[in-house]
Amino acid sequence: MRSEMLRDPVLSRPRPRAVTPYKKSLAEWLYLPLFGGLMVTLRHFVRNLIKGPRYTIEYPEKRRDYSHRFRGHHILTSRPDGSLRCVACFLCATACPADCIKIESGEHPDVNIEKYPVVYEIDMLRCVFCGYCVDACPEEAIIMSNNYDMAYFHRDQSKVGKNDLMKPYTFDPSQLGYRPHYPEEDAQRAKMRREAFNLVQAAREAGATEVAS
Amino acid sequence: MSDAIRSANDTVANNTVAHDDSVFGAEEMELNFGPQHPSTHGVLRLKLKVDGERIVDCYPIIGYLHRGTEKLFELNPFFQNVPHTDRMDYVAAATNNLAYVGAVEKLIGLTVPPRASYIRVLLCELQRISSHLLWLATHAIDIGAMTPFFYCFRERELVLDLFEQYCGARLTLNCMRPGGQPFDLPHGWVDTCREFLELFPAKIDEYENLLTNNRIWKKRTIGIGVLSPEVAVEYGITGPMLRASGIDFDLRKAMPYEIYDQVDFEVPLAENGDTYDRYLVRMEEMRQATRILEQCLDQLPEGALMAKKARVLKAPKGGEVYHGIEGPKGEIGFYIVGDGKPIPHRCHVRAPSFINLQSLPELVSNHMIADLVAIIGTTDIVLGEVDR
Repeated sequence: MRSEMLRDPVLSRPRPRAVTPYKKSLAEWLYLPLFGGLMVTLRHFVRNLIKGPRYTIEYPEKRRDYSHRFRGHHILTSRPDGSLRCVACFLCATACPADCIKIESGEHPDVNIEKYPVVYEIDMLRCVFCGYCVDACPEEAIIMSNNYDMAYFHRDQSKVGKNDLMKPYTFDPSQLGYRPHYPEEDAQRAKMRREAFNLVQAAREAGATEVAS
Repeated sequence: MSDAIRSANDTVANNTVAHDDSVFGAEEMELNFGPQHPSTHGVLRLKLKVDGERIVDCYPIIGYLHRGTEKLFELNPFFQNVPHTDRMDYVAAATNNLAYVGAVEKLIGLTVPPRASYIRVLLCELQRISSHLLWLATHAIDIGAMTPFFYCFRERELVLDLFEQYCGARLTLNCMRPGGQPFDLPHGWVDTCREFLELFPAKIDEYENLLTNNRIWKKRTIGIGVLSPEVAVEYGITGPMLRASGIDFDLRKAMPYEIYDQVDFEVPLAENGDTYDRYLVRMEEMRQATRILEQCLDQLPEGALMAKKARVLKAPKGGEVYHGIEGPKGEIGFYIVGDGKPIPHRCHVRAPSFINLQSLPELVSNHMIADLVAIIGTTDIVLGEVDR
């Protein structure tokens, strides 16, 4: 392979052994091309001064609105009567590449439902947020929210149990993330997203002023 | 001046006389560069032998980020390894996914439906743009140009936004499965992507305005870290580094995978193989990626996303396969051996960063330490991939 490549017409073409040292042209001698770059930064500076900051999000106060597919903190969904939909089939635990789901199953009092999870624990520090548990679930019992700030004081706190997985986001559809079935992203929500923070629009406006100037 | 310092100065002066064969008249010294140095882009440690400010020898010490990914591959079923590939080259997860998934498909013999193929190419080219933007940002800030860093991250945000809308993650995408694509493009994704493609070429011009004719940038990059084509071939270097040395080798053209034979694009080449040329090649690659993306969006067919396949993918007994694709850093390839089970028997990764890093001692010899920073930046290494 190597000898073939060395016989390659491109390779065998004579070429300078050492690169010719950099010679400044007259314009470069006068530092003229630097002014082109300085104009770019100056334009941005002036525009930011007039219109205010456009690209930074002041994080704890303002939050980024993520899409419907965002893979964040898990949610265990529940039946209308408030019990878990999970039937402790262990498919999510089997599909998990990080091995972070711990389930202990028990008999369900309702004869129509075979099992329920006595313990359902996800170690959030082990989880790689790949979404395979959601893909594997036959009952749509586990889905993901778009909550991404998970911080813990102790490692024990990172093992999130049944109650914490059920509680927070189940009833707020705007905070749902990756899940098997998406209702069509309605125009209202899409509009909201765009008005909230539109990077593309901001960048295009920036581009338009540059082309004009 | 105290006597002690004066006598120490005298000793240095005497040494200078004794070792007058070296250039600066000082003794050769060993210097550890890294592993916690911001310009090594991770945990790379370099043992330098320096003569004053001049580098005589360089010995990269790697393995600080070793996680045993290749061994992990042997423990999991085929589909479960895709998230592991995200974490090798963590700024270019889509190309890693495609290389792995492509190797598995080749091993098992699956044909990917055309729509899935197009979506894969879309993701990979977006990933190329985002990876090159990150490279330019960090490379420029290493050399001392602060402004491109902010501009590059500004546009990279748009690309990551597109990824997030498609697969729900910004870096660790996990966006491909053996046999096809797990989900379709969401509503409005194509339009958002087109909006990005409309504004992006002007942004590349903006970066070039800041850097290409900048006298300081030229002085810091021209003639620095020259890689001759012969040496590049000997080391097995691929990607923009190889093409900057003037060798026309791009896997997208040489062995077209997915639908690269149906799109029209050019492979940028340069002559000298120095840091400046590598910069030019990568800038042009971003423009070409924009062209590929536009064509893909125009040609995007309707249809199925997943090939017909068994519920549990089993590798044929004794089957072995190598599949390489052109990633942003070079040829990323997976070698997989199957033994009739649903898990790989052995998996090896040809990581472009690792192989490109080998040329570092060659590139930095006889340069100043300040140029070493520029050269590490131009090799575009990601230590997650070097150490795996």
